[in-house]
Amino acid sequence: MLSIKNLHASVEGKEILKGINLEINPGEVHAIMGPNGSGKSTLSQVLAGNEAYEVTSGEVLFNGENLLDKETEERAREGIFLAFQYPVEIPGVSNLQFLRTAVNAKRKHLGEPEMNAAEFMKLAREVSKQVDLNPDFLKRGVNEGFSGGEKKRNEIMQALLLQPKLAILDETDSGLDIDALKVASDGVNALRSADRAILMVTHYQRLLNHIVPDHVHVLAGGRIIKSGGRELALELEEKGYGWLGIKDEDDAPVAG
Amino acid sequence: MANTDRQVNELIKREYEHGFVTDIEADTFEPGLNEDVIRRLSAIKNEPEFMLEWRLKAYRRWLEMDEPDWAHVDFPKVDYNAISYYSAPKKKEDMPQSLDEVDPELLKTYEKLGIPLHERAKLAGVAVDAVFDSVSVATTFKEPLEKAGVIFCPISEAVQKYPELVQKYLGSVVPVGDNYFAALNSAVFSDGSFVYIPKGVRCPLELSTYFRINAANTGQFERTLIVADDDSYVSYLEGCTAPMRDENQLHAAVVELVVLENAQIKYSTVQNWYPGDENGKGGIYNFVTKRAACIGNNSKVSWTQVETGSAITWKYPSCVLRGDNSVGEFYSVALTHNYQQADTGTKMIHLGKNTSSTIISKGISAGRSSNAYRGLVKFGPGAEAARNFTQCDSLLIGDRCAAHTFPYIESQNKTAIVEHEATTSKVSDEQMFLCRQRGIDAEQAVSMIVNGFCKEVFKELPMEFAVEAGKLLEVSLEGSVG
Ligand SMILES: Nc1ncnc2c1ncn2[C@@H]1O[C@H](COP(=O)(O)OP(=O)(O)O)[C@@H](O)[C@H]1O
Ligand SMILES: [Mg+2]
Repeated sequence: MLSIKNLHASVEGKEILKGINLEINPGEVHAIMGPNGSGKSTLSQVLAGNEAYEVTSGEVLFNGENLLDKETEERAREGIFLAFQYPVEIPGVSNLQFLRTAVNAKRKHLGEPEMNAAEFMKLAREVSKQVDLNPDFLKRGVNEGFSGGEKKRNEIMQALLLQPKLAILDETDSGLDIDALKVASDGVNALRSADRAILMVTHYQRLLNHIVPDHVHVLAGGRIIKSGGRELALELEEKGYGWLGIKDEDDAPVAG
Repeated sequence: MANTDRQVNELIKREYEHGFVTDIEADTFEPGLNEDVIRRLSAIKNEPEFMLEWRLKAYRRWLEMDEPDWAHVDFPKVDYNAISYYSAPKKKEDMPQSLDEVDPELLKTYEKLGIPLHERAKLAGVAVDAVFDSVSVATTFKEPLEKAGVIFCPISEAVQKYPELVQKYLGSVVPVGDNYFAALNSAVFSDGSFVYIPKGVRCPLELSTYFRINAANTGQFERTLIVADDDSYVSYLEGCTAPMRDENQLHAAVVELVVLENAQIKYSTVQNWYPGDENGKGGIYNFVTKRAACIGNNSKVSWTQVETGSAITWKYPSCVLRGDNSVGEFYSVALTHNYQQADTGTKMIHLGKNTSSTIISKGISAGRSSNAYRGLVKFGPGAEAARNFTQCDSLLIGDRCAAHTFPYIESQNKTAIVEHEATTSKVSDEQMFLCRQRGIDAEQAVSMIVNGFCKEVFKELPMEFAVEAGKLLEVSLEGSVG
């Protein structure tokens, strides 16, 4: 589904990704772990098409097509979804309106009929309950005045509504307490399916207790330095990033 | 007086002799402004003497005045002698005969606005059946209005039919010498609307002058007068759209609202005059004086405006809060794009006790445009316990545009309270990326963000107008990203 070959990217002239190689197949859940500043968010943003990041070389194929040639919105409509590490607020634009516009943009692209306000309201109410957000959140401005945890659950709700082919989740666990983490993880697990892939980006291993990955990769200094199965995350938890000779700028524990 | 009367009559005769009427094929006055032109104008309209006198007084005042230059706008001097001050509706033969003959760009815009087909035709100046003529449209609703005793007619008709009301109230809020453009308007106004809501009547319909000004090219100096008598209510909608023309056109309207005891007027405008092209060529100079006098106790006025058009806008709908407990509100969205310039805001003049006013202004600048809010809140010595709340927000799209805020506060009463909040924000790259990552294209994203920014004002608009205003922003913002 996704094939990343020797991807290099820089931001403001500074090279951050220094040759990423990664293959993701439908149905798989991949976790990318790494200390702060290793380039996890950069990789997520580059895949989603943020123009602030410049791809300097390499190739990314998505379902056989050149992903890097496509506009951000086109990638989105074709099934790439990014749950943001820091979701931004859009004051005055109701969540409901925002989400319906997004869902209809995608439906239109796929030649499906657009959903009217009533149909969408019904769907959105159901999905909001799935991530334990009061349907009142639908009426509020996009992320406007949401707590950190509410923002993250709102991101998962959007993934559930948009039903992407590839969901990239950037630090979805950060800022969540144990209960909220459970709710968000349940949401992500509900996304798991044979024709969908999930790429989880995280500093900590605790999320992986709830969402069990098929593959784990360690990103450091803009390169994937080690890949393995679920056990790699557990090993990291036990031994810390230092075990792989990586300095964790934060010195934060891998466990949490 | 009698002498003038005779002179006027003679003049009228002379004009007839000189064949204005016989020469009706040439339906536009030659450019230029002098007393003769005003006399001819008044004569054609068959106005009573007091109107001519009033016009001449205004003209003489205007001659002594200087064009204001304090607004935060910049434009070449208007040559008032290069303008024609009367242009009768064109004959049907001269207009496009069907939509096929109309500029397809213009039609595309109407389509995007969701304007029904027959109205698009009218907007484009197609010579359609007279049913679509504004006067006739008004007559469709004549019955319920008449039943309620509401007068709603062209001001030229009111001058004939209700001269005592017109004479009593015309110029009572905006005197002939109030300002340069108001004086000019008073001298040469072509037409406009007159509304009178009798005591105790809640107007059964929302009154609207939608599209009317476009129908012909006579609408550059409209005059609107609305009088709400004791305990009455009326909601009035004004929509303006202008065809595209390469040359700049001057539009200097005056709107006067008179609100008596316990009465309320809600006045909503969606202004979409032609703003000029993307290089700043053409467009309307929109120099408008709008003022409401809350004369009675407990009276209320709300101005809600959505301004997206015009090359230059110079407009300050104001409230004179004379009656005790009277309330003034101003809700405004002003959007500028390309090379548009807007200097708009309001004046709240608190004279009565316990008067209150609210100002919510949302300015959006895109392209190389400049958008200024200018507001005056004034408390007279008698404005005991009066209060004002002002919120003034600016949104910038791109980095070549500008926003300015000029709040003025003058208080002669220590018990008056003023609260002022102002913010400036930008449509951020992060917001745009979030929208686009969700599959929403850039233009739609900007329009959604801008609509969100304007929400507090849009909710004050009547329903259909709010929908239209949203669409209008979308059209006006085209090309503002990318
Ligand atoms: N928009 C940006 N502007 C400047 N530097 C950036 C930007 N985004 C990321 N960086 C830099 O790139 C490096 C990697 O950041 P990031 O991808 O956010 O790492 P991670 O998500 O793994 O913590 C850091 O050194 C960070 O400072
Ligand atoms: Mg990160």
